[in-house]
Amino acid sequence: MRFSVPVFPGSNCDHDCEYVLRNVENQSVEMIWHKDTDLKNPDCVVVPGGFSYGDYLRTGAIARFSPVMKSVADFAAKGGLVIGICNGFQILCEAGLLPGALLRNKNLKFICQTVYLRTEETDTPFTNACKPHQVLKIPIAHGEGNYFIDADGLKNLKDNRQIVVRYCDSEGKLPPESNPNGSLENIAGICNINRNVFGLMPHPDRSGEDILGSHDGNYIWKSILSTKVGVQ
Amino acid sequence: MTSSIMNVEINDKVIKEHGLKPDEYQKICGILGRKPNITELGLYSVMWSEHCGYKHSRALLKTLPTKGDKVLQGPGENAGIMDIGQGWAVAFKVESHNHPSAIEPYQGAATGVGGILRDIFTMGARPVANLNSLRFGPLTDPKVKRLFSGVVHGIADYGNCMGIPTVAGEVVFDESYSENCLVNAMSVGLLKHDQIIKGKATGVGNAVIYIGATTGRDGIHGATFASTEITNESTEKRSAVQVADPFMEKLLMEATLELIHGNLLIGIQDMGAAGLTCSTCEMASRGGAGIEIDVAKVPQREKGMSPYEILLSESQERMLLVAKPGCEQKVHDILAKWDLHAATIGVVTDTGRMVVKENGKVVADVPADSLTEAPVYYPAKSEPAILKKHKEFDENSVPIPTNLSEVLEKLISDPTIASKRWVYRQYDHMVRSNTLIRPGSDAAVIRVKGTQLGLAMTIDGLGSYCALDPYEGAKIVVAEAARNIACSGAESIGMTDCLNFGSPEKPEVFYYLDRVVAGLGDACRAFGIPITGGNVSLYNENPTGAIDPTPIIGMMGLFQNVENRITQWFKNEGDFIYLLGSIGQSIGGSRYLAVTHGKKTGLCPTLNLDAELKLHQSLKALADQKLLQSAHDCSDGGFAVALAESCFTGATHEEKSLGAVVTLPGDGRVDGQLFGEAQSRVIVSFKAVNAAKVEEVLKKFGVPFEKIGTVGGDALVIGKEVKVGISRLSDLFFTSIEKMMA
Repeated sequence: MRFSVPVFPGSNCDHDCEYVLRNVENQSVEMIWHKDTDLKNPDCVVVPGGFSYGDYLRTGAIARFSPVMKSVADFAAKGGLVIGICNGFQILCEAGLLPGALLRNKNLKFICQTVYLRTEETDTPFTNACKPHQVLKIPIAHGEGNYFIDADGLKNLKDNRQIVVRYCDSEGKLPPESNPNGSLENIAGICNINRNVFGLMPHPDRSGEDILGSHDGNYIWKSILSTKVGVQ
Repeated sequence: MTSSIMNVEINDKVIKEHGLKPDEYQKICGILGRKPNITELGLYSVMWSEHCGYKHSRALLKTLPTKGDKVLQGPGENAGIMDIGQGWAVAFKVESHNHPSAIEPYQGAATGVGGILRDIFTMGARPVANLNSLRFGPLTDPKVKRLFSGVVHGIADYGNCMGIPTVAGEVVFDESYSENCLVNAMSVGLLKHDQIIKGKATGVGNAVIYIGATTGRDGIHGATFASTEITNESTEKRSAVQVADPFMEKLLMEATLELIHGNLLIGIQDMGAAGLTCSTCEMASRGGAGIEIDVAKVPQREKGMSPYEILLSESQERMLLVAKPGCEQKVHDILAKWDLHAATIGVVTDTGRMVVKENGKVVADVPADSLTEAPVYYPAKSEPAILKKHKEFDENSVPIPTNLSEVLEKLISDPTIASKRWVYRQYDHMVRSNTLIRPGSDAAVIRVKGTQLGLAMTIDGLGSYCALDPYEGAKIVVAEAARNIACSGAESIGMTDCLNFGSPEKPEVFYYLDRVVAGLGDACRAFGIPITGGNVSLYNENPTGAIDPTPIIGMMGLFQNVENRITQWFKNEGDFIYLLGSIGQSIGGSRYLAVTHGKKTGLCPTLNLDAELKLHQSLKALADQKLLQSAHDCSDGGFAVALAESCFTGATHEEKSLGAVVTLPGDGRVDGQLFGEAQSRVIVSFKAVNAAKVEEVLKKFGVPFEKIGTVGGDALVIGKEVKVGISRLSDLFFTSIEKMMA
């Protein structure tokens, strides 16, 4: 499969995405400089984590205006698969490709730790290799991962089954202490209505190998790889 | 300050304000054959400060061992570099940012990280890991909470934004640092041998190019400020603290590595302490050349800056480079790609002089060498009387507590011993997907992608021991750092040091410095570990006195096969637990004596260098044969704390906690056996079937050992003396700092 990874000034998980896709999953990867508009004909776009433009304003707020993002939006509109990880999720929300916003963590601090995710939806191109309610062990590393959306928006997410992964404990339960950052209803990742755009705060790019402490990120990558793709 | 500074008359007061002594001023007049103007006085002021010129420490530092088979670059450059095989090399260095952090903790610590990162990528290496060593007063003090919180936040924001994992560190809380916190930052980078570049200027007529952030009025005289004692007036020097812009540095790093790896440069140097002044004269001096620059061409963020201010500004995220002939345009193109400023501000000459012009008019003209060769002093030293008193301390005057389980609980909760989870969760320690052993074990381990190689790293200091016995304490700090590396299964290959002391102009302080350097040198020679670079931070004192003498060691370990790595926590029920080394019984200098009895005194533990080396070699052999399940060294809190940590610290890697039942193998003071800090001890666990093989290795190296118990149960039981539930101990350990900071 062909992956393209946009690189913004301040992206720093671009290497991690490239490595897991190329060296662990043996896929082809193109790195796309943010000033370019040619996505190089991908099957899937991975918007990587980091601190685009330093995130001095609001996370992802400037990156959404990069030339490459217009191409990503066009690609998504045609049904192309787009996954945004961490800062990539924030950028997709800012760009309007996903609903809601990521606020500062409830404790107002950056949090780097391993968390557990419960797979809420398996009929997405990003989670179809998971069993219903499968628990994934994947790390987070962010200062602004506190997902928020208004009541109407939340209802829409639920009505359309767009809440894809929730923070949970190691047994798949959702006690308050399993929510690391104060996200509304433990939401860790959502998709759009058409289910071809997915954003999540945890890092499947850092959890694709046992040597790193978990290979559960591979369930996300394997799901994408098993999806029949084709831009319509 | 305005341009009118150019007309300042140089009198005794001005000379003193520049931190220069009357005879130093006379020396400058001798070098120039005339009186310096104010700009030139500024140049000498910063370059001859202790921070840049090492004038009180250079003679001592020269005694340290710096050579070895693997050393590709020793001290004298921006960072040391060592060969790790397969064409790869590692660059690493530690540096202090104590004074700025004491005044402005967030910016001070952040720019400390920025500075050490620039030192690494300036050599052509891509930074792959950060470490830090922090020291504050007691955490019960509200002022300390503010400093601690600000420093951690500053380090986190800078490293996280740069995308460099902060993988290891240490934090100590002790009265000695109440008025002078210590913030030492270390960075580690990877590069190929053919990517090494140095900070030198050669080739008459080659362009000297300034890149990165614009120059402002921040940080003027930072280096001079860092070379004086902190007083009540110090907060007025807040303008001497720089402001951090990690996004700018991220761009600068990527652009710099692209320039270096594109083979476009002759030399490059970052602008850290003493800013443009230091980079200009050092590059000229190293290249045996001269440099002529025009400050009017320097990108500036404020109007009306004088040459004095431009030369002395310590604005962050800037570099100076010399392009190869014909490559100047390519350099500008790459900088434009990254939206960074680049300006050709001068040329390389063959005059050996640093000539500074402003719109063509010469405003400073001095021999480049004379700036980089600060006067060398041999300060007076005298043994402090307090050292003798410490040695006379009678341990028998200390009562043995009746409830030793409670003592263990108290020690585990002591912020110096307790988990630093509150700290390292704020650091992205996983980015770049190389971190195999995360914070919370004896050493962090990262892999080198595409190879079987791995790097183990740790940063350690023991000011409290050095305050009791500077020579023995310094030996121990090297030994402990190397022991942490050995416990991870790696071999220590080199180290970097930061020497944090009070004023070297006080004979009692200089005595400590002299003895510490002797101890560091002897330990390094015994272990065959070269020192590839480092930093001194003197004048860490205030009107109430100096800090404990605090050498900080950053140790680099190498794995030929990173699959042989070991973590410190128990893995399986039924595994055997052995103590390597001898139990000991003295409580002198221990954290136990300080925390439980409020006494910071006694005989410092002693160290047998030969026995220590054999211990390290045996651990490496055991790791290479994959015989061990865990290895953890006994340090703060001694045998009992090390056992407790072995039970539950696996939680940092989402592994289950396990109890242990062990006997207390020695005799004599029971609190000394449990909590004393005798050296050269490690607690290991392994599968019962491997006992014979493990013993065979230990006998071969002549390492004393004893089977003390087995892993299992839900409590830590040590003989009849201690029995505490693991979940209780674990909870105290992991939440102590969190609760204090809530």
